[in-house]
Amino acid sequence: MNKTHNQKAWFMVLPVVLLVAFSAVIPLMTVVNYSVQDTFGNNEFFWVGLEWFEEILASNRMHDALGRQVIFTTTILLIEIPLGIFVALHMPKKSGFWSSICLVLVALPLLIPWNVVGTIWQIFGRIDIGLLGYTLDQMGIDYNYTQDSFAAWVTIIIMDVWHWTSLVVLLSYAGLKSIPDAYYQAAKIDQASRLSVFRYIELPKMKGVLLIAILLRFMDSFMIYTEPFVVTGGGPGSATTFLSIDLVKMAIGQFDLGPAAAFSLIYFLVILLISWVFYTVMVHSDKEAGL
Amino acid sequence: MAKITLSNLAHRYAPGDNYALKPMNHVWDDGTAYALLGPSGCGKTTLLNIISGLLTPSDGSVLFNGDDVTKKDTASRNIAQVFQFPVVYDTMTVRDNLAFPLKNRKLDTDYIKRRVEEIADMTGLTDILDKKALSLTADVKQKISLGRGLVREDVNAILFDEPLTVIDPHMKWQLRTELKALHKKLGHTMIYVTHDQTEALTFADKVVVMLEGEVVQIGTPTELFEKPGHTFVGYFIGSPGMNILPVKIKGDKAYIANHEIALAQGYKDMTGKIEIGIRPEFITLSNNPSDLPITIKRIEDVGHYKIIRAAHKDIDINIIANEAFEFSEDLKYARFDKSRTNIYADDWLVEP
Repeated sequence: MNKTHNQKAWFMVLPVVLLVAFSAVIPLMTVVNYSVQDTFGNNEFFWVGLEWFEEILASNRMHDALGRQVIFTTTILLIEIPLGIFVALHMPKKSGFWSSICLVLVALPLLIPWNVVGTIWQIFGRIDIGLLGYTLDQMGIDYNYTQDSFAAWVTIIIMDVWHWTSLVVLLSYAGLKSIPDAYYQAAKIDQASRLSVFRYIELPKMKGVLLIAILLRFMDSFMIYTEPFVVTGGGPGSATTFLSIDLVKMAIGQFDLGPAAAFSLIYFLVILLISWVFYTVMVHSDKEAGL
Repeated sequence: MAKITLSNLAHRYAPGDNYALKPMNHVWDDGTAYALLGPSGCGKTTLLNIISGLLTPSDGSVLFNGDDVTKKDTASRNIAQVFQFPVVYDTMTVRDNLAFPLKNRKLDTDYIKRRVEEIADMTGLTDILDKKALSLTADVKQKISLGRGLVREDVNAILFDEPLTVIDPHMKWQLRTELKALHKKLGHTMIYVTHDQTEALTFADKVVVMLEGEVVQIGTPTELFEKPGHTFVGYFIGSPGMNILPVKIKGDKAYIANHEIALAQGYKDMTGKIEIGIRPEFITLSNNPSDLPITIKRIEDVGHYKIIRAAHKDIDINIIANEAFEFSEDLKYARFDKSRTNIYADDWLVEP
């Protein structure tokens, strides 16, 4: 029998192509468009090639923001992941009233809009009317997040931990719940210590969800904008100006559309690259274990 | 290794509930392989968990070699258990998995190495000792679980909770035979929970048949086949199970409706529900009108024998005939081998 060669099936993917084009590719291309041109207003543009990219890659401002961003993301990951696992380990395992209460309480911070979270902590930390700021001030501790960059950092990190550890807790808890009882019983019979149970049963079984937790927290924290913007506005000085805050300052504050577009693309590629490396390493380590 | 005594043992999950396990007194001998056999929900896993210490019984006590261990936890009872699904430590190699119970007990390194190799040899894991457990198939993983159960020499008992559920049928047979051989070699007290009669009968020295939280019979496979202590044992074991027919008894005669059947011995008068039990293997078709008249509904050829599905009025009777059996129209009667009939009063076996 002769096979009919028919390429019409390609039309079946057309809707997806269109959807992705309109939702992602075309908007991204407008940014690409800006990143290679300059304008003096009046909607007149001229070609500058890769000048903006060279400028951004060489600028200290970008380097500093990237450095701050890396420190911030590393810090919150180092706190949130272990803390989330710790909390999940201590939640009631059996489904029932108490585990439901715990889940609701843990999930609450996740339900609060980001700018509200910022506002809450902005007020909470104020030394004139905020519960935290006022208390610390009265105790004689020098705390003022609007003037002291260390205090500003601590506030933003604690805020992020408060807001997002819940996500790690929920994911870890789901991972823990999926471990059959037999594993714990077997560990008892084998006289495994608490540490061994964690190391050889709980951690390996949580690996999958933890990978997702780390990826999500990495991407989200690397793009963080709203909360620190509401609390510190990137200050004092530029102490808490992370990449996205810097980008918005450049694009909207200074209306430097060309450099901002180049900045956006570099920013986007950095996140993509790190996520890809991270994912590949994890998947590869899985495969290696599987050999 | 230990003798296990269950003294007035019973369990209910909450006060006021029905007993999940009805009060029982049993002594299980040291070094014997027992199978706990029964349908789902009969309490066999409950009993196993009580023996292993994962569950504390609400009444009575468990004794290992005369020592009361009822309140002791699993670790201090010194038992090993293999679960329904393979429990392996994924990130460890097969070797480390097998060594884990020994390492936790801080045994000598040389001894551990030697012992692990011994067990690997017995369970056929030698070639893959240095592989990560994660990558292996379910039946190999279950072999690791078995190996971890066998690795300690001084255990009081090894418990198996339907360990072959996830194993392919042809591997099942092989593993079961291996287990049986290992039992002969090691001489541990073994308790094996299953709902599969073949598994129980091939593995165990003694089979403990359970029904609704009660042990209805403990016996060797032969005893269970020839003298079921309870009608449930009769039809749960054997394929097809024992024929159970309502009868009236007068001395050494039994009456099914008005048909007389001779018995091997005489019985006292009994009250309650009286039944006669006879295995399909011990009924033959005949053309003698003095035997029980039956109608044959169909004949199933299962290869090396034939199952004849028949009925006397509306009571079903199964008969097993050998391969060479030829049906003919005049075979309208069933003859019972009288030395193989058992009489049951309210489901329990009556001795003459």
